[in-house]
Amino acid sequence: MPSALINVPAKAKRGDIIEIKTLMSHIMETGFRHTATGEVIPRDLITGFTCRYNGTEIFRADLFPAIAANPFITFFTTATASGKFEFEWIGDNGFSEIASASISVE
Amino acid sequence: MRKQDSTRRQFLGLAGGVAVLGAVPIVTVRPVEATPAELASAIRNVTGGAAVKTGKVKLDVPPLVENGNTVPMTVSVSHPMAPEDHVKSIHVFNEKNPQPNIANFYLGPHSGRAQVSTRIRLADSQKIVAIARLSDGSFWSATVEVIVTLAACTEEVI
Repeated sequence: MPSALINVPAKAKRGDIIEIKTLMSHIMETGFRHTATGEVIPRDLITGFTCRYNGTEIFRADLFPAIAANPFITFFTTATASGKFEFEWIGDNGFSEIASASISVE
Repeated sequence: MRKQDSTRRQFLGLAGGVAVLGAVPIVTVRPVEATPAELASAIRNVTGGAAVKTGKVKLDVPPLVENGNTVPMTVSVSHPMAPEDHVKSIHVFNEKNPQPNIANFYLGPHSGRAQVSTRIRLADSQKIVAIARLSDGSFWSATVEVIVTLAACTEEVI
């Protein structure tokens, strides 16, 4: 059951640089591992992450097998207006999850 | 001298193989490592052959890592984030994981600060390279050597 943890400040002053922390629970199976019987464990990865702020893309990441399980990504943005951050993770096997957080900017 | 070295390596490899055979019924072959050549070509894919200067980028990874499955990493670029002059993207590469890419991060002037953190996997003690692309088309890099005691990515699942 996928679930996201998002940390966005609830309030900010206009022009403040704010830190956004995101975590998505996901196994991030690399496709390079074998079981004890020698079979390759099929790849199951999150390959992309996007953050939109009131509809505009502000941050994007391409993820590779070298990202640890439960991808944790933190980045910065400038608070410009009250509104909503939308987060989207996409990956193998049709994985697609969306989360959102709101901010009030004074 | 060379000859002797390789014989010793073969012997140890054989001995290791036998030990593995004794423990589990299947000999598992480790996937090929990304070679320094692959690292160089992955970097070339990003830079398009442009010169990469050293500096501006700071790559924070613990120098000694106990568990390669989750290694905290922070990349920051000391560069203003103005609309006319900013960091466009940050690309992180490794030398010895099964494949050379770690992540690409795309930023813009609205980011305010060119800093990204995540947690990565390292399959071996190796070199990590971070490259930043600026809006003027120049590339800057930082390289860090990391020692890993427990490797990730390729371990067996029991």
